[in-house]
Amino acid sequence: MTLTLAATLPAREFDVALDVAEGRTLALLGPNGAGKSTALGLVAGTLRPHHGEIVLDGRTLVRADGGRTRTWVPPHARRVALLAQEPLLFPHLSVRQNVAFGPRSQGVRRRTADAAADRRLEQVGLAHLASRPPSTLSGGQAQRVALARALAAEPRLLLLDEPMAALDVDVTPELRQNLRHLLAAQTAIITTHDVLDALLLADEVAVVEGGRVVERGPTAQVLSRPRSAFAARVAGLNLLAGAWTGDGVRTPAGDVVHGRTPTAGLAVGEPTTAVFRPAAVAVYLDEQHGSPRNAFRATVRSLEPRGDLVRVRTDRLAADITPQSAAELSLVPGARVWLSVKAAEVDVYPTGGRVPSDEFRPEAGSAR
Amino acid sequence: MRATTRSTGEAAVGVPRWAFAPAAVGGLFVLLPLVAMATRVDWAGFGSLVTSESARAALLLSLQTSAASTAACLALGVPMALALARCRFPGVELLRSLVMVPLVLPPVVGGVALLYTFGRRGLLGETLEVAGLQVAFSTAAVVLAQTFVALPFLVTSLEGALRTAGARYEAVAASLGARPTTVLRRVTLPLVWPGLLSGAVLSFARALGEFGATITFAGSLQGVTRTLPLEIYLQRETDPDAAVALSLLLVVVAVVVIAATRRGRGPL
Repeated sequence: MTLTLAATLPAREFDVALDVAEGRTLALLGPNGAGKSTALGLVAGTLRPHHGEIVLDGRTLVRADGGRTRTWVPPHARRVALLAQEPLLFPHLSVRQNVAFGPRSQGVRRRTADAAADRRLEQVGLAHLASRPPSTLSGGQAQRVALARALAAEPRLLLLDEPMAALDVDVTPELRQNLRHLLAAQTAIITTHDVLDALLLADEVAVVEGGRVVERGPTAQVLSRPRSAFAARVAGLNLLAGAWTGDGVRTPAGDVVHGRTPTAGLAVGEPTTAVFRPAAVAVYLDEQHGSPRNAFRATVRSLEPRGDLVRVRTDRLAADITPQSAAELSLVPGARVWLSVKAAEVDVYPTGGRVPSDEFRPEAGSAR
Repeated sequence: MRATTRSTGEAAVGVPRWAFAPAAVGGLFVLLPLVAMATRVDWAGFGSLVTSESARAALLLSLQTSAASTAACLALGVPMALALARCRFPGVELLRSLVMVPLVLPPVVGGVALLYTFGRRGLLGETLEVAGLQVAFSTAAVVLAQTFVALPFLVTSLEGALRTAGARYEAVAASLGARPTTVLRRVTLPLVWPGLLSGAVLSFARALGEFGATITFAGSLQGVTRTLPLEIYLQRETDPDAAVALSLLLVVVAVVVIAATRRGRGPL
């Protein structure tokens, strides 16, 4: 284990144990105020635990015993870098000086540090902005520079505190793409309440609620069979995992799911996941022909009210339809139906972490 | 009003129209005495009045001691502001209030207090005397008196800037591997530079104008402890023309210092 944490902080009702293995990425998923940021603060050294121990690479970063700190490694000596919601680029330094800050602070000579900074900027595709002041960057660019800066410090562990939360939706794909590549070999913890981030970036997910880890496991498992209320709620999306065929995602069950062409080039055979909302799923009694749809044969398992709609749960996917439709179709558990989704409603993403071996499907809870 | 509105595109929302009248009166109240004083200046003799031996000695001493006390304020005040703004310990609120005491204390009282601390019979005076140091009624006493009254200006100004800047940049810098001293030098101080500068200017200006604590604790010895304000006070009795000329000189020095630092304050 690279990082092990077992710590309590009664003032924040925090009592968490977790670990991250070398090169892996752990997503802390949970609602606001659940204790995700507290966990990061404890590891980064901005918070002191009341009781417990945090060990990174066999070195004890902090050990506290009932409110008494026995061991304390100051933040700057932890080799734990933090990427926050906001980029927090030093406004008085150029982009290059910002990225070179870590190496410079660790005693690397200016020329070597600048070269390292340029290399990192290259990795996030912003080498051309190196001599600009941070105030001239867009929000998305600034956050990518902040990522380059965090990585340039060569941290043993990278902490990402909702790195995409403060960004416009239309600039998050680029950062997400950067993160996907750069986190591949980096030991990291990312906090998020976006199931997509967990799906794309994390090998494992820990669901945090009320200062406790309520669920823990490989990303695919947690998102496909959520046991906690929060995971169930955020995992209310339909997720079909498989391999990229060149124009669709082939699931282990043999279906090919067509979706919007992903922005990044995908290789044939690359693990991918098709993601769509239950509200995008239509339910029919007969097979539909002619339109560019994905169709799946399924058996209804249950029906339950969900706001103005009815959530139809089947053995494969979930659909949200109007009560009128449900009545017209006379849906009851056990009914055989056709589910159909327009390709335009389906997003296709490369799958983070390991290749899931079976289909994801929501078990309970709502799509947002 | 119209012109500025058009040029910057910003409207002055939240300023009631009636506020302009008292604002103008307030402005006049500050400016008028300076104008009144300037009208009384004996321009013909101005040159010789401000270049007399005693005037030059007083001006030089004022500039030297004010520079020294500003340096002392920086050396002591920056760490004080850091501790007050960043550290949480019991009694920090009380300490913050105590630091402000010289601001509200009559300077004469400050001088008396300093006398009973560093004076011959003072708390530390005897110890200092054994060590061969006699502080009271020396140039060092002038610097001590000025530092005592000017320190709160620097501490408050910088502490406010530190609070506004917040500690988040510092946390990021530390997570990148920067030691606390490196963080202070490369992140904190550059971020609060405008606050630091204005604090230093305020301290310098306060030191330059210091009178009560100086005359009580340091006395009025030409070339040693008689700064410009003391010189002006003395001259007022014997040579009112010289007093007015020197007053104008003091105003000019203060304005020049403020203007110079204002210009240097632009974006970093």
